[in-house]
Amino acid sequence: MSEPVLETRNLSKSFGALKATDDVSIDLIAGEIHAIIGPNGAGKSTLIAQICGGLTPQSGSVLLNGRDISNLGTSERAQAGLGRTFQISALAMEDTVLENVTLGAIGQSARPWRFWTPALKDYELKQRAMAALDQVGLSAAVDQITSTLSHGQRRQLEVAMALTLEPRAFVMDEPMAGLGAEGSKAMTGFLDGLRDQAPILLVEHDMDAVFALADRISVLVYGRIIATGTIDEIRASGEVKKAYLGETV
Amino acid sequence: MMQERTINALVLAGFVLLPIWALATDEPFTITLATRTVLLALAAVGLNIALGIGGLVSLGHAVFFGLGGYAMGILAFHAQSFTPLELGPLTIAGTKSMPIIWLCAIVVSALAAFVIGLLSLRTTGVYFIMITLAFGQMFFFFSISWSAYGGEDGLSIWVRNSFPGLNTLIPIQFFGLCFAALCLALFIHWRLRASPFGLTLNAARQNPARVEAVGLSPIRLKLLAFVISGAITGLAGALFADLNRFVSPTMFSWQLSGELIVLIVIGGVGRLMGPVIGAAVFVALEHLLGGLTDFWHIWLGVILLVIVLFSRGGIIGALTGKAGPHV
Repeated sequence: MSEPVLETRNLSKSFGALKATDDVSIDLIAGEIHAIIGPNGAGKSTLIAQICGGLTPQSGSVLLNGRDISNLGTSERAQAGLGRTFQISALAMEDTVLENVTLGAIGQSARPWRFWTPALKDYELKQRAMAALDQVGLSAAVDQITSTLSHGQRRQLEVAMALTLEPRAFVMDEPMAGLGAEGSKAMTGFLDGLRDQAPILLVEHDMDAVFALADRISVLVYGRIIATGTIDEIRASGEVKKAYLGETV
Repeated sequence: MMQERTINALVLAGFVLLPIWALATDEPFTITLATRTVLLALAAVGLNIALGIGGLVSLGHAVFFGLGGYAMGILAFHAQSFTPLELGPLTIAGTKSMPIIWLCAIVVSALAAFVIGLLSLRTTGVYFIMITLAFGQMFFFFSISWSAYGGEDGLSIWVRNSFPGLNTLIPIQFFGLCFAALCLALFIHWRLRASPFGLTLNAARQNPARVEAVGLSPIRLKLLAFVISGAITGLAGALFADLNRFVSPTMFSWQLSGELIVLIVIGGVGRLMGPVIGAAVFVALEHLLGGLTDFWHIWLGVILLVIVLFSRGGIIGALTGKAGPHV
């Protein structure tokens, strides 16, 4: 097997007596979509926050391309190549769609300290921003104010902003959240093609999407990974059925 | 509904025409009023970079206004009393030259803004307001007790400072100088707002988590905005002190910090000309209503209330029908 792009080693995090993350070791390999599923309160968001930098684990480490990024802040991890999308769209709502993706392009260039040339007239930034919008199919909405976008369009914009970063790995927190059946299908199709660009660590509730997309699935229950495997392995696992699907075997 | 551009052009034209008219009709006091307006506007344009673009509600911007004022006061005081300024091992001669005074005012305010920003930006929301207010009060009480420079009574400067090639004692010439400074500050705001820095700063105001997620540090952006903002307000302070030929602790007062915020809210938060329109309304009310009653602030309060309740985008918002620069 090839070297993992993104890896967590024995991550643990407790809130008082509650073990939100309990010795979690997962990896993400080039070209794959690795889905993390689990019931509500399993600790998925806590795990994402430790990978992306919002929370500090009590022990364990996070590695990106073999480099330990555990001690980096959120913004430094993004610079290092983590492209994140949020469960609840985190966008500059008063700004236009183009301004939002341009923000991503500025982040990618790591050069916000330019004070004179208008950002929207910068050729390189604009190319990068438009390419990301084209890829998610939002280029018709460039000049729209973000707060006027539909929920589905906001999710697309959320993904477009991660694209502008040209990350080494995507970490997506429920990209299907709140999308209707149509929207979910379109997003699933889109993410399917994205895995060649960079592997995706996908936290998702929508099981249709997970089964359509995932190369591997890890099941998180009470902060612990109880199983990792291909779709068939997970389907066949008795422990998963018992813990996650609530069925007795 | 009017275009914001049209409004901006009309306001600037007004600031050119009014003093010319005052000059023609020999009303030097009107020119002084216009100069006062321009300088309050300049101070608020400074604050607008931190408040309007960066979302930093600073209730301590009088610190920079006061530091600018005292930079001018102290340098001019040593020049007029022919005593050098002893700063430990350093001996600095006082000066009456405006460019040098401005440079000092800008550097001192920028340094103060850096230190205050570094400490205050760890907090957000109400805590940020309170900590900046606390810094403001520190400077206020320090200036009151600093008897070497007049303490509570302030410092009087006998003759207005000089600018090469101009006679600053002539009101219209001094007005021109101040108006040029305002135009420069507006130009800086305009370029800054559209630049990558401005776009990122504006996004950091709306959604700091997103700015971090694209790999940038919202705190650093805001700190730099605070420094630029403080430097412009400091320059306004130096010119304001020169207008009155007087510096006193009131330049550090929290009421002044509050007034600067009120100016921006009246004109339109984050709008290029918001502070300028706000300052014009403020000085007009002060002059027109102040002659009728000592309690003219009540009417300012009523206007503020109406604007906050019915027009989120201030006067510019009401005229353009758009609450923000985009929406």
